Amino acid sequence: MMDAVENDADRKRDYVLRTVEERGVRLIRLWFTDVLGRHKSVAISPAELETVFDGGLQFDGSAIDGFSRVQESDVLAVPDPSTFELLPWAAEDEPSGTMFCDITRLDGSPFPGDPRQVLRRNIDLAREAGFEMFCAPEVEFFYFADANGGVPRPLDGASYFDLTTADVSSDLRKRTLHMLEALSIPVEYSFHEDSPSQHEIDLQYTDALSMADAVMTLRLTVKKIAMDQGIYATFMPKPLNGVQGSGMHTHLSLFRDGTNAFHDPESDDGLSAVGHGFIAGLLHHAREITAVTNQLVNSYKRINEGYEAPRFISWARNNRSALIRVPIIKPGKTQSTRIEYRVLDPACNPYLAYAVILAAGLKGIVEGYGLPDEAVENLHELGPDDLASLGVQPLPSNLAEALDEMEESELVRSTLGDHIFEWFLRNKRAEWDDYQRQVTPFELEHYLPTW
Amino acid sequence: MDPLLVFPDPPPPELAQALDLGGWSWKSCGDPDVAMAEEPDGGWAGAVVAADDDPEAAFRLCRRLRKGDFLLEPLLLLIGVSQLEGLELRDDLFDDFCLVSVRPVELSVRLQHLFWRTGRGSRPELVEYGPLALNVETYQAAIDGQPLDLTYMEYELLKFLASHPGKVFTRETLLSRVWGYDYYGGARTVDVHIRRLRAKLGEEHAGLIHTVRSVGYRFGQSRWGV
Repeated sequence: MMDAVENDADRKRDYVLRTVEERGVRLIRLWFTDVLGRHKSVAISPAELETVFDGGLQFDGSAIDGFSRVQESDVLAVPDPSTFELLPWAAEDEPSGTMFCDITRLDGSPFPGDPRQVLRRNIDLAREAGFEMFCAPEVEFFYFADANGGVPRPLDGASYFDLTTADVSSDLRKRTLHMLEALSIPVEYSFHEDSPSQHEIDLQYTDALSMADAVMTLRLTVKKIAMDQGIYATFMPKPLNGVQGSGMHTHLSLFRDGTNAFHDPESDDGLSAVGHGFIAGLLHHAREITAVTNQLVNSYKRINEGYEAPRFISWARNNRSALIRVPIIKPGKTQSTRIEYRVLDPACNPYLAYAVILAAGLKGIVEGYGLPDEAVENLHELGPDDLASLGVQPLPSNLAEALDEMEESELVRSTLGDHIFEWFLRNKRAEWDDYQRQVTPFELEHYLPTW
Repeated sequence: MDPLLVFPDPPPPELAQALDLGGWSWKSCGDPDVAMAEEPDGGWAGAVVAADDDPEAAFRLCRRLRKGDFLLEPLLLLIGVSQLEGLELRDDLFDDFCLVSVRPVELSVRLQHLFWRTGRGSRPELVEYGPLALNVETYQAAIDGQPLDLTYMEYELLKFLASHPGKVFTRETLLSRVWGYDYYGGARTVDVHIRRLRAKLGEEHAGLIHTVRSVGYRFGQSRWGV
């Protein structure tokens, strides 16, 4: 068995080395992610590739947010050959390839600051319990004319039927989809969203690790294709006042032995005990994991405004104000049984977000949490008394509150590991404190003329 | 090249000699369970089944090699003249036959032709099907002469499917034959990769991979027109 595993790894490396040679690849970009979910890239030449496969690429981790430690700052980037892709936007005379990396310590053990390893570890725990998680996110974003001076200028929406700008964004979307398919990221749908200049790309389900990689690649691809046209794409959760922000609703399901573990034909709502437990776990721990799924000061501006973003911790089959929605499944499509977690936004670190979601859901299954009643009313329209009598809790209303909840959470600590847990809290507290000291346009507009 | 599976064990001396003369690598097996247990990593290259001595055991073996998950091809059957009529209604159990006593040259030519038909012909490193060409030595694939940019697993899946055109595989078979050990996601991973492969083959050629409802997937057309 060990031999077979090693053999398999050798073949994957061979495949990459041979492809690099056959296709005349000039540059290989090694990709990884910092704790905040920002895309990092180091380029190596084909001549270095074999050495890097054998021993990893050594670099000083203290330059990367969330990697640094006083005693040990050097780490290794170890490329994952199964993620090798030729970059579809590389110039024809300079083919480039890319691979995602796992980050290890110099002795080869997983580096605790690497988000990809955090997700791997949690996927392995789920596997021990017999489950594989599948994810399918709906990623929203805006196209703006530029990001100059921090003022977002929508491409469309300024005037109706403005053909020129409509053409620009539909052409951008088409090009982006084409690139994503070439990067092995199948797109289910893509369309213009409600807000001016807002777009949505829905990805086809895949396993959680591949999907976290795919979200990283998608963000880079959307930005890159836009930038080529002199346009700025942003995944900032709430860039415009008064219109809905960008979310990353994610459809989730667990599979066991090749069949959908959320499905039970005998139950009233089509969901199994596993499905109920997963929902109960997510609801129970929702407040604790929100700092991870919604990590910016700005994230809470989207949540508080409502629209398609949930504000209350509830579940429902057909109620888009709920945190967790259980989509109605077409007859015979039982393998599609899934839940939709609606609070995530596209500025999250997808590795960490999927790790805490998986851990919270699993805990609900393993510990047999009871499932609260389904929310049938539109929760956005209820007052505080009604909500209290229904026993419905709100999500944290700002980053500070979310961090308080996270800090008390054993679940989040054990899921992320001490290193990332503590660094994340420190970094995000500093971000909040910084924000608290800012004089905002709101204050100037409201107070300056009066006082 | 992986060895040919030869029945019975030991094979008749003149068969062993004919195979050796043709330079074929082979290994004899007496029954289906042994054949499956001793299957080489890359799978048996094909099978030569001598049915003249114990036809009942020979056809039992053929059935096991051709049904369900195992799907061994090509399979060359050796029979006596008196068994010719017995081949009727057994078309699915073999790809070609040869009368005993077998001439070494005929055995080799028939085997070579069978390998050519299953895409492993005179250039064993090439797997070809219609517009698709796949070079298993350089790991490169092309459709209509245009290189395909594939990930490792996409390449392995396409190689496996294209090497067995017309055969229907269940997700479980594809997982065990293509993925082996190191993967996330179980049988659903197969669907994910099929979708990705179709996207990369492009609209025009996506139909090379057929979904066989509630069973699995098939590459290209079956030679039996199924």
